[in-house]
Amino acid sequence: MNITELSVRELSEKLQKKEVSSVEATKAYFEKIEKTDGEIGAYVRLTQDVALKQAEQADKAIAEGKATALTGIPYGMKDNICTKGSVTSCASKMLENFNPPYDAFVTKKMNGENAVMLGKMNMDEFAMGSTTENSAFKVTKNPVRTDRVPGGSSGGSAAAVAAKEAAFTLGSDTGGSIRQPAAFCGVVGLKPTYGTVSRNGLVAFASSLDQIGPLTRTVEDAAVVLNAIAGHDPLDSTSVDRTYDDFTVGLKDGVKGMRAALPKEYFGEGIHPDVKAAVLKAAEEFQKMGVAIDEVSIPAMEYALPAYYVISSSEASSNLARFDGVRYGYRADSYEEMDDLYKNTRSEGFGKEVKRRIMLGSFALSSGYYDAYYKKALQVRTLIIRDFNKIFENHDFIISPVAPTTAYKIGEKTADPIEMYLGDIYTVPVNIAGLPAISMPCGFDGDGMPVGLQLIGKVFSEKTLLRAGWAFEQNGR
Amino acid sequence: MNMIKDYEMVIGLEVHCELGTKTKIFCGCPTTFGAEPNTQCCPVCMGMPGTLPVLNKQVVEYAIKAGMATNCTIAKFSKQDRKNYFYPDLPKAYQISQYDLPLCEHGWLEIEGENGTKKIGITRIHIEEDAGKLVHNDEYGTMVDCNRCGVPLIEIVSEPDIRSAEEAVAYFKKLRAIILYTGISDCKMQEGSMRCDVNLSVRKKGTGKFGTRTEMKNLNSFTFIQKAIEYEYKRQVEELEKGGTIIQETRRYDQASGKTYSMRKKEDANDYRYFPDPDLAPIVMSDEKLKELRDSIPTLPDERKKTYVDSYGLTPYDAELITNDMATADYFEAAAEKTANPKILANLMIAEVMKLYDAENGAIAIAPEHLAQVAEMLRSGEINSSVAKKVVKALWEHDEDACEYVRANDLGQINDEELLMSYIREAIEKNPKSVEDYKKGKVAAAKAIMGQVMSKTKGRGNPILIDTLLTKALDALK
Repeated sequence: MNITELSVRELSEKLQKKEVSSVEATKAYFEKIEKTDGEIGAYVRLTQDVALKQAEQADKAIAEGKATALTGIPYGMKDNICTKGSVTSCASKMLENFNPPYDAFVTKKMNGENAVMLGKMNMDEFAMGSTTENSAFKVTKNPVRTDRVPGGSSGGSAAAVAAKEAAFTLGSDTGGSIRQPAAFCGVVGLKPTYGTVSRNGLVAFASSLDQIGPLTRTVEDAAVVLNAIAGHDPLDSTSVDRTYDDFTVGLKDGVKGMRAALPKEYFGEGIHPDVKAAVLKAAEEFQKMGVAIDEVSIPAMEYALPAYYVISSSEASSNLARFDGVRYGYRADSYEEMDDLYKNTRSEGFGKEVKRRIMLGSFALSSGYYDAYYKKALQVRTLIIRDFNKIFENHDFIISPVAPTTAYKIGEKTADPIEMYLGDIYTVPVNIAGLPAISMPCGFDGDGMPVGLQLIGKVFSEKTLLRAGWAFEQNGR
Repeated sequence: MNMIKDYEMVIGLEVHCELGTKTKIFCGCPTTFGAEPNTQCCPVCMGMPGTLPVLNKQVVEYAIKAGMATNCTIAKFSKQDRKNYFYPDLPKAYQISQYDLPLCEHGWLEIEGENGTKKIGITRIHIEEDAGKLVHNDEYGTMVDCNRCGVPLIEIVSEPDIRSAEEAVAYFKKLRAIILYTGISDCKMQEGSMRCDVNLSVRKKGTGKFGTRTEMKNLNSFTFIQKAIEYEYKRQVEELEKGGTIIQETRRYDQASGKTYSMRKKEDANDYRYFPDPDLAPIVMSDEKLKELRDSIPTLPDERKKTYVDSYGLTPYDAELITNDMATADYFEAAAEKTANPKILANLMIAEVMKLYDAENGAIAIAPEHLAQVAEMLRSGEINSSVAKKVVKALWEHDEDACEYVRANDLGQINDEELLMSYIREAIEKNPKSVEDYKKGKVAAAKAIMGQVMSKTKGRGNPILIDTLLTKALDALK
């Protein structure tokens, strides 16, 4: 039995049948990491000591019959999610030595399940980027082809799952940061409805868009992990006060009789023909499975990308202002006056892309420009929500590509930020509207790189998406 | 300087008031004043990465009560915004405040000014969090104390309706009284629970346009407000008379010199880049909740004042003095039930009781019914006013039945004409000089004789009766 080849569901069964112990599974993963992560670079930090203790605890819980779905399962945590006692750096020099005195909501959930944290995953600094090349520490390579980026910003999280260096990982998605790397690495990524998973302890990039979600090898695993992390948290005012059904119940009920929408804006200019072909083929497969498909339109889509960059950068400029060198994190060695302390600390501590977004956001919010940028972007947000709502009046889900292309070559896009931003065009509308979406593989391009399929649903329709995703996944097997 | 009479000042006040909630506005830390530095803070109020604010509902309710008590329109939909600026006492580098949709707007309150009652408009009341405190230390340099970070405040912004230092102080006092009535803050000025920024400009009388204003920050006593305004007004007028211009700027009032000094010019001011805080949901208030809050507000000073003037015959000025403090007003009302002449009671309250009473640290040491007895004895002529004063002082030290006290100490007023006449004759005999002066038309000379008669009665003589009898006796000598 090769432990690292197992899905979460499979490993969980074996753990509970005591065919394998969590300590064995954990060691197996560290061996795998030892072997391949030198090349892949998915982890920014390993937490071996903690992991082995958690594994022992998990084995004890299993022995006592107190196991849950994630008990003893080795996983990786994106480095922008706070883990008490383990450095949480957001892949930034700014927080290189920041050891949070508290756990994020999802970290507590994971600990409560006795899941085993192997380490923290590499990412674009403060989750700003689409290739993980903006990490202050290392470049992560795409396990499918190591001359390619894994996508971003949860590039480490996606690469680890693809390289079998973790049974699953958690990522965060502000404009596609779970779905796009999942697509680039050929794994499953789920961005839940805004407010489903608490943001408490997630170092904020853009508060109104950020959402934590799972990266897994199978759709079923995504449902299993979502079960563990979804839920109301009174410490996050944007966490929705509702209860969630078991996401695995009804997973295998099929899609017959469902109705899906193909928005024409998702197949227009800029899409790679191989991506278009693979996604349209996926749509055909759905049709064969009994899904009625209509072409629809999202007229406001053309404004989505600029609106996203205005909203996310504006919020980021404020969220990241606290990194000033006064209380924690990096502080410049040399400064004379207070203003120098701020300037030098922030100039030295932040990378180029982060500084670019802070400047963009500060500009968009500044007096005299607010109405033209920020306010306008909020109006676009309303329009996009309206367009989506209209589609969901008659459709169960939307079928679309995740990104216009497959994974870029490392270094290919770093020189041109605008071109890089354009790659987010299909994922950002989902965040703007606060919708759930799942990203899963649907074929390959001419170079053998995975193509991602995105299924988008109305708010809190994760179960529908997972059901559709599971049906599609079975079909492809 | 004569020119000063040609000008008038235009003042608006921004009052910050710390709300008396047990915990902070966005976390569960206590708000107690005076704790050891950095012992009342948590990752949330220290702005650690990943932390999120959760609004303390009581803060909203308190602010709404302040708004209701000052005749504001209460927003049923309101939101919180981030005010972005860098300063070491501001951990998140933004303050959560309210920008374009404050909780309360369009209110007013009434003050007693030189020309009677005047309405001062209240532009808005919004909620916000306090910043921390910088502590300067010779050994370590500047240090940050985060205890105050996240302490809930309301900011009450007035319209530029105030035209003098006296009006400004009256407004501030009235606002303080109303807030104390609602019980949402202790308004302790020395602890900074209530402080005030003064916006002031001057203009030639009769001109409609406002002049350029300056802002004086963080004045925390009635005296400082008065003095800062007087100084700044004079400074601006002198500047204009010299042909100069007023620069829009923030000025610091220096208590020692009584002068104001420039702190920062407008062009150095921050662009706060306000935007709605995405971590916080809008504040939505139901009609039921608003009604519940409205019902919880006690009868306020203005309404009580009206009763005192209309039903008890007090002057608006006296009514204002008593109603400024809910404790004195409650006391007055309790005592007034037991007397036929509340006006006399009010005089006693203002002239005697309120001088002995320390509003911040004590209670009124005399039972209201005992003070009512004093008032009744005064009214019936059983005692005179100088005795009343003595009785109040004595009861303050040791409270007991006032009538008993007067009887036991034999303080009753002497109304016996025979007895008083004998004292008068004696005094006239002993003061030939004063009598001569009186005969020559110096009416005041009677005062000296009167004093002697009074001292003979040990202060218990009926002063009006003595005056009448003495005048008659002296006139008979003419």
